[in-house]
Amino acid sequence: MAEKSALTAEAQRLPLAAALVERNALRRRLVADPTALAGLFIVAMVVVVTVAAPLLAPHDPNAQDVLNQFRPPSAHHLLGTDEFGRDELSRIIAGTRISVLTSLAVGAAILAIGVLVGTVSGLAGGLLDGTIMRVVDVLLAFPSLLLALAVAGTLGPGLFHLALAMTAVWWVDYARLVRGLVLGVKEQQYVESARALGMSGRRLALRHILPNIAPPVIVLATLQTARLLLALAALSFLGLGVGPPTAEWGAMLNDGKNFLDTAPQLMLYPGLAITITALGFNLLGEGLRDVLDPGLR
Amino acid sequence: MPYVARRVAYLIPTWLAITLLAFFIAQLAPGDPASVYFERLNGRPPGRIELARTRHQLGLDQPVVERYLRWLGHAVQGNLGRSYSSGLPVTHELLSRFPATLELATTATLLAVLLGVPLGVIAASRRNSLIDHVTRGASLIAASAPGFWVAYMLIILFSVKLRLLPSFGTGGVNLLILPALALGLGEAGLLARLARSSMLEVLREEYVTTARAKGLPEWRVTWQHALRNALIAVVTQVGLVFGFLLAYSAIVEVIFVWPGIGALAVNAINQRDYPMIEGFVVFAGTVFILVNLAVDLIYMALDPRISLGSQTVPAVG
Repeated sequence: MAEKSALTAEAQRLPLAAALVERNALRRRLVADPTALAGLFIVAMVVVVTVAAPLLAPHDPNAQDVLNQFRPPSAHHLLGTDEFGRDELSRIIAGTRISVLTSLAVGAAILAIGVLVGTVSGLAGGLLDGTIMRVVDVLLAFPSLLLALAVAGTLGPGLFHLALAMTAVWWVDYARLVRGLVLGVKEQQYVESARALGMSGRRLALRHILPNIAPPVIVLATLQTARLLLALAALSFLGLGVGPPTAEWGAMLNDGKNFLDTAPQLMLYPGLAITITALGFNLLGEGLRDVLDPGLR
Repeated sequence: MPYVARRVAYLIPTWLAITLLAFFIAQLAPGDPASVYFERLNGRPPGRIELARTRHQLGLDQPVVERYLRWLGHAVQGNLGRSYSSGLPVTHELLSRFPATLELATTATLLAVLLGVPLGVIAASRRNSLIDHVTRGASLIAASAPGFWVAYMLIILFSVKLRLLPSFGTGGVNLLILPALALGLGEAGLLARLARSSMLEVLREEYVTTARAKGLPEWRVTWQHALRNALIAVVTQVGLVFGFLLAYSAIVEVIFVWPGIGALAVNAINQRDYPMIEGFVVFAGTVFILVNLAVDLIYMALDPRISLGSQTVPAVG
């Protein structure tokens, strides 16, 4: 008991580490927070749909039925059909996979690059740090979406090119955040003692620094997923992502815009799917922030 | 060096880096730009001799460093080359279409401020009330909906169903309403959240307690004493929002057939018009860093502590 309270006291001095020390308390507070709970629920649903997409889709998302174009919602086609008579619901479900998995893949790539660059920059200091931060400043001095648009546009259409362009542009947020956090933790006594004991830079980073800066990085990663989802939708709406007939939310909106007068519902559903998914990640991120760092609320 | 001079001097390396970035992006293009250029001009692929001549004419037979330096030399003088598709000078096209983008981004920013800041302040002054919860919920939804999709929902609602507002055409304030709403709503949500949290922080300060203790009515405490300090954070964000909207207007411009530089850029990307893409990146980057400079200077005027204490340029973005 005494040991635990000492641990808690130590953790309270380092508010960011507190949550990691008390995992159970963290879980309890997360479930008690309505924002986080709502976000968790939506994200869990999205994950289920992403994983089980082929099982959940009532029809083949690419099966055309030219006699049944632009059908309104019915028992057979819950969300109606599109301009080729394809089942809208099945296409949205199939699109979940591409939209969410691409956003998560880009998210993982920028997380890895950003954490690596930020940690190296923060630990090394000096000329290396200065150079890296100038690059980060320049990339931050430019609107990310436009830069991604220019890079993806120059590389040519295709989902891989789009993901590449987004990765090249979006890692800087993490790099700056992580560097700042590393600089803060670097001066802590436990890091200094580990150094004094002769621990190597890599072990120091993995054992002591990264676990202690994890909470704000997790919050950013969650919120960032929502942003990536929106950016991916916007860029593929402009025709830079998947080609036909693949179902992807942004591309579906790009198709649907031609039938605004006759079939506005084709614009409604994919957009709602994007909004609800992004909202889920935003709610979860906000909730995590409230729980991990109550001072920011 | 005084802060302002240091901050202005800092623009030069940033601008150079942006030109480098623009030039580098154009080098990513697959295929031979000379061949693209010739085909665009003559409607057929070039022969070997024609290709060599075009390469020479475009300066593509020079080493890459030399090409960058020459391009930079021209760019400094405002010459960004000629568009592959229209044959007109890139600078001329960008400048002639920039006012339309500026008009749209300014209106959208104003809208976001007028909508977002009062809502945020009211939400903060009545923390945990119904209006606070509604504001927080609505701003989170606004931040989660893609702007371009909101644009289409507005068109469907106001142009197709209600037939109240035009979705595109020429002339009139009516035309500005839908694109500005589409562009500004998400940012209004962002500003509302920021104004709320910034107000909550300020309302905890001792001088606010003093003002209350003096017996000032609550509306004066909120709107005169607290808001002034809460605005510092908001003003910084407004500048960034403006820069962001200048950039994000690209997609909204395409949707509403708005004659701005964003639509021009998207067109250039579809046409593989590399000088135009390069020119656009440099132009947008220049505008963006100037907006950031203005934000920093306003920030400094509002909060004198910045110029006295800090040794480094405050991070932007």
